[in-house]
Amino acid sequence: MLQTELSPEQIQTTKPYRQWDMSDAEYDRFTALIGHLPTFTEVGLASGMWSEHCAYKYSKPVLRQFWTKNENVLMGPGEGAGVIRIGDGLAVVFKAESHNHPSAVEPYEGAATGVGGIIRDIFSIGAKPIAILDSLRFGELTDPRTRQLLDQIVAGIAGYGNAIGIPTVGGETAFDNAYARNPLVNAMCVGIMREDQLQKGRAAGIGNAILYVGAKTGRDGINGASFASGTFSDTEDADRAAVQVGDPFMEKLLTDACLKVTNEHQDALVGMQDMGAAGLVSSSAEMAAKADSGMALNLDLVPQREPDMTPFEIMLSESQERMLLCIAEGHEQEIIDIFAGYGLDAVVIGRVTPGHAYQLTHHGATVCDIPVSALTTDAPVYHQQSTMPVRLIAPADDFQPVITDMNAAWIELMNQPTMASKASLYQRYDAQVQTNTVVLPGSDAAVLRIKGTKRALALTTDSNGRYIYLDPYQGGAMTVAEAARNLVASGATPLGITDCLNYGDSTKPEVFFELEESAKGMTAATKVFNTPVISGNVSLYNETNGTPIYPTPMVGMVGLIEDCSTITTQEFKQADDLVYVVGQTRPDFNGSEIQKMITGSIGGRLAPIDLHVEKAHHDLVLAAIRTHLVTAAHDLSEGGLLAALAEMGLPKYIGAELQVDIPTSWLFAETPGRFLITVRPEHQAAFDDIMGDSARLLGRTVAAPQFTIQAPNRTFTTTIAALEKSWEDGIPCRMK
Amino acid sequence: MRAAVITFPGSNCDEDLQWALTEISGIPADLVAATATTLTGYDAVFLPGGFSYGDYLRSGAIARFSPIMTAVKKFAAAGGFVVGICNGFQILTEAGLLPGTLQWNTSLHFICAPAPLEIVNSDTPFTNAYPAGTTITLPIAHGQGNYYADPATLVALETNHQIIFRYTDNPNGSVHDIAGITNAAGNVLGMMPHPERAMETLLGSTDGRGVFQSLIHTMEGAGSNVAN
Repeated sequence: MLQTELSPEQIQTTKPYRQWDMSDAEYDRFTALIGHLPTFTEVGLASGMWSEHCAYKYSKPVLRQFWTKNENVLMGPGEGAGVIRIGDGLAVVFKAESHNHPSAVEPYEGAATGVGGIIRDIFSIGAKPIAILDSLRFGELTDPRTRQLLDQIVAGIAGYGNAIGIPTVGGETAFDNAYARNPLVNAMCVGIMREDQLQKGRAAGIGNAILYVGAKTGRDGINGASFASGTFSDTEDADRAAVQVGDPFMEKLLTDACLKVTNEHQDALVGMQDMGAAGLVSSSAEMAAKADSGMALNLDLVPQREPDMTPFEIMLSESQERMLLCIAEGHEQEIIDIFAGYGLDAVVIGRVTPGHAYQLTHHGATVCDIPVSALTTDAPVYHQQSTMPVRLIAPADDFQPVITDMNAAWIELMNQPTMASKASLYQRYDAQVQTNTVVLPGSDAAVLRIKGTKRALALTTDSNGRYIYLDPYQGGAMTVAEAARNLVASGATPLGITDCLNYGDSTKPEVFFELEESAKGMTAATKVFNTPVISGNVSLYNETNGTPIYPTPMVGMVGLIEDCSTITTQEFKQADDLVYVVGQTRPDFNGSEIQKMITGSIGGRLAPIDLHVEKAHHDLVLAAIRTHLVTAAHDLSEGGLLAALAEMGLPKYIGAELQVDIPTSWLFAETPGRFLITVRPEHQAAFDDIMGDSARLLGRTVAAPQFTIQAPNRTFTTTIAALEKSWEDGIPCRMK
Repeated sequence: MRAAVITFPGSNCDEDLQWALTEISGIPADLVAATATTLTGYDAVFLPGGFSYGDYLRSGAIARFSPIMTAVKKFAAAGGFVVGICNGFQILTEAGLLPGTLQWNTSLHFICAPAPLEIVNSDTPFTNAYPAGTTITLPIAHGQGNYYADPATLVALETNHQIIFRYTDNPNGSVHDIAGITNAAGNVLGMMPHPERAMETLLGSTDGRGVFQSLIHTMEGAGSNVAN
């Protein structure tokens, strides 16, 4: 529990803000900004608003480098979510957010509320949420704690997403000891809206009402933003109270009510924002800051779930399923009535005021009177020192696998948890509600049609901490390239990305180097693929006992398919199709799944990715798909060509006979920029015309459920049945 | 023919059902709030999937007290066609319009997967468009779809041919592999699989269309009877 409130002078001497990760220098800065010794409430608000989670004080210099705008971007970073035009007067809205720390402590609620939070960001813009994706990282499944985290995090995502009626359509799950006590839970939500319904989180117009809607405020998640900005150690286990509890039923009602306001009462609605990290203070202060307004709130009017809550608790509670609206004066009752129709609280708790003051009253006393800017635009920004980690200065020798039994190695590879079927996980998610899901989980990208149009959206998340650990710049570029490749394989033109930047403690120069360099690599790639960064979040301090996770930026990418008839899937469709590989295969094994499988760890350096060659391949593959020449397409990534081949043959038990001119071990290489593609024999000439030298014919699909591969050094045959069993058992057998 | 789709707070397949009825099957359908008290003007009533009232207490346990359920019971008693899908099935058992109950799946997990089904009785208002003995595949998406009824009820269901759909590969532990049943009068159907999710080739299957086509056939037949 909190101590009884200290006086401003006592705060100055006893420095309670240190427990909220606010430094003495920051306290002094805040005192100077507001012009008086801060009250307990004021300094508490500053600690939340100046946390990395809200202020991005360490990552801002990096985030400013991102490329965020092209001709289709209607709204970039800085609001609840980014918006991109997709034609027909429609726009797609998307954002991803991390919930790593809460999920490590309380996996079910941490994951569930991560989903809930990102959904609110989407409908706060005025968009109907249509899909959820999740990018997850865990330690090894040999660890009982990892098994529990996996089960409960999946349960939390399912428990929230299924109930609210938004399909969970994709994502990725991978395992590495680097995430043992610090799992990554990154949730992405995608919405659709009419361009003209775009809302912003603004509190403008003197006298307009500040309307609190949704769940009551309780003592859950108090100052969770500061919690998320600290690291874990084995000796601390008292953080559970900083984790919020979710109620998807409440969120469903809140979503429907807010969309009704956006769709039918635009004249009354000035602005809307989710109460996310740092709860009521961040939503209200940011809404005032964005409109250059002042704001006055009466905390006695805030709906409260528990008695005797202090201003600090009310303002920094992260109770879920709450929104803050700015409503034009005179329209208050009209909007309150809408929420009442859904059984939801909606209370005017304050007004937009002249000037720039942020004023809070509680039990008749003023508990906070400071400039809005002291909480928002004047938060500190730190330019960190950047030092190349020692491991990158002297990397290990290149890894070259020596494989005596290709058949056994392939079967074993498919059983690795990162490679294995995730069906036992994603079958717990409703992937089909809203009846738009054309391509279900388990594919390169999920595809959703847009009702009433010929269009579809392709969605993917990608991240590869191993590559970035070995080479932050190249790895960052490769992550974006792989996301784009996934979308292209489904027939989509990439539109833009959202990201979650998951790193260790960036006050360490080596960690900041990883962050800075990987962001540079991502930026270079986003420019080549014409995919601006329109939203995202940062999660630093992902460390346990001083050891950071692999630097793991997650890229969520959305692409557009103009005509549903060109949606392409990865499974072989029939025997006698020609099998092509697009792109050159090199002996790229550093950071690969085969290296991890054989040696138990990763090392070496990454060969540079040629982004322009990769982009050229994407354009060619899309051209072939759009002339209806391609029967199946699959991106080559972890596990290389053989992993992709298995995934293409398994669904329909269709095999292949291939001839390759590389050593068989190279079939596990992870050279970027490659696809496997099938084409009907009668389309061979047309396909070759488009692809030129970029595609190489390897052989054809066969009715027999086995793969036979001839290479200069040997020939081997592997049955689909053996691959399938190994692939399907990978996770369930380790969960027992 | 005009259909009502009941929207309970927490329903999330109501718009999907409306789309399947109106856009695919050509049956005009309205969303009717759970606070409504009459179903006048409708020829069929659908209770959709979702998590009505958050599935708090038990799935369907709170929804059965909502005002519209009095009208649904009256509608069913008068012989009107009532279809409950997924959460709708759970509500119908809680409301006593169908026998038995739906427990947690034996895996204790939510399952979203295609489920092959045997159409056990194709001589019903809901299945007459399917040839007898057909096997179809419909998506399931539920945590509590494990049907249970006491032995005497099961004997009655079997004897009266009230078991309409049976899983060919039981995914959830349902007794007698039951996926869908009717009441004794044959005008109320409850089923866990989602026919409204299998209506379009683009989405992978049209196996669900028969449920809606059967109702159209039945209503047209009834219409001509009235005319005669």
